[in-house]
Amino acid sequence: MSERAAGSGGTIRAIGLLSGGLDSTLAAKVLLEQGIDVVGLHYSTGFCMNDHRRAMARPDEDPKRLRNEGLRAGADLGIPIEVLDAGEAYLKMVLNPKHGYGKRANPCIDCRIFMIHGAAEYMREHDGHFVFTGEVLGQRPMSQHMQALRLIEKECGIEGYLLRPLSAKHLPPTVPEQLGWVNRDGLLGISGRSRKEQMTRSDTWGIRDYPQPAGGCCYLADENFARRFHDKRLHTDPERIRREEMILLKVGRHFRLAPGVKIIVARDESENQFLQRFDLPGWRFEALRCGSPITVVEGEPDDNLKMLIASITARYSDRRGEPLVEVAARRDGREEVLLVPPVADQVLEAYRI
Amino acid sequence: MNVSVRPDEVLDAVGLYCPVPIIRTAERIRAMPAGLILELVSDDRVILVDLPAWCRSTGHEYLGHAQNGREYRLFVKKNRRREKTP
Repeated sequence: MSERAAGSGGTIRAIGLLSGGLDSTLAAKVLLEQGIDVVGLHYSTGFCMNDHRRAMARPDEDPKRLRNEGLRAGADLGIPIEVLDAGEAYLKMVLNPKHGYGKRANPCIDCRIFMIHGAAEYMREHDGHFVFTGEVLGQRPMSQHMQALRLIEKECGIEGYLLRPLSAKHLPPTVPEQLGWVNRDGLLGISGRSRKEQMTRSDTWGIRDYPQPAGGCCYLADENFARRFHDKRLHTDPERIRREEMILLKVGRHFRLAPGVKIIVARDESENQFLQRFDLPGWRFEALRCGSPITVVEGEPDDNLKMLIASITARYSDRRGEPLVEVAARRDGREEVLLVPPVADQVLEAYRI
Repeated sequence: MNVSVRPDEVLDAVGLYCPVPIIRTAERIRAMPAGLILELVSDDRVILVDLPAWCRSTGHEYLGHAQNGREYRLFVKKNRRREKTP
């Protein structure tokens, strides 16, 4: 990568990944304190828990609790934010990560490479000088140890031009530091999992409105989601999995009834409405004359499985205490009514994903 | 807040999930001449928090919103003086 001269008036522009969490906010602030022009990139991956909570929100829920934290951080810091849709390319990476998964379905190294690579492209297209992130050495087991940080930088093709302001003093000087664009003395030397130092520093700078660090915000790192995700990968050709199918993994109770048949049972009215918005091709089941979940079916169930699906739907309906319940199975304008007993819980558990 | 503004362009984002309305707004604003007003129509309540934040970060002017049933009409003026990247 060639060295770029400072812009007109000596302006140095840094392009950073800004989730809106404490670390990325603080990293941006460290650079702003040095008079650097900062642009924040906020990726929408499709796996953000907050985005889903927003789609499922009750009308009386405080909208501030559901806000986009990247936009909020950009507004508070006074820096422009570009929201980027990670799109199908991100899904493709998630389904087949070169560096594998962490404990759940989290391809953290590939995710960092994906986003930093995108930031590097943005930097080249928008007269940026270097890229920065809020990564902290030793904070995350998979992607933030020394070897991983080096690997990510190398694979992104921006060796020397990736600055981690929070841990910079533990890392070799970058080109921006060597060229005097950034004063190394003004960078930080944070490492490890504790966030005490970040909190102290942010308090000093008056940064108090940020999401709680321990909250977790990525479905891919969630245990329940990961089980469903890996079940999906196991039973579907990854090349054929669409983004909509990933969205469905966030909703309802999931049961694998046969290698080619899975059902999703809505948990409440908002999930019923959510599933109704999806134009899904398969069967839908619903208990009649009572409050009932909608059950959507993936795959082609035979008659025995249809009876089982009806029993499961009855189990979660308001008529679960009755010996027999009528359940409608609908598809393409057709309707069949099945009379079934609600399934016993011990039978049900064998199928739960 | 209920404002009455005559927009130059309208962007219909009803039924779209966060953050798509913001992404579409940014694309549309980028293509508009400075000084013109965009109306964003959305049924996402949280857009009332997010769009003003986006305007504060990018330097465009948030003019307010009007509510029509479950839909919100939000107005943004593309700033000619303090336009930032992006």
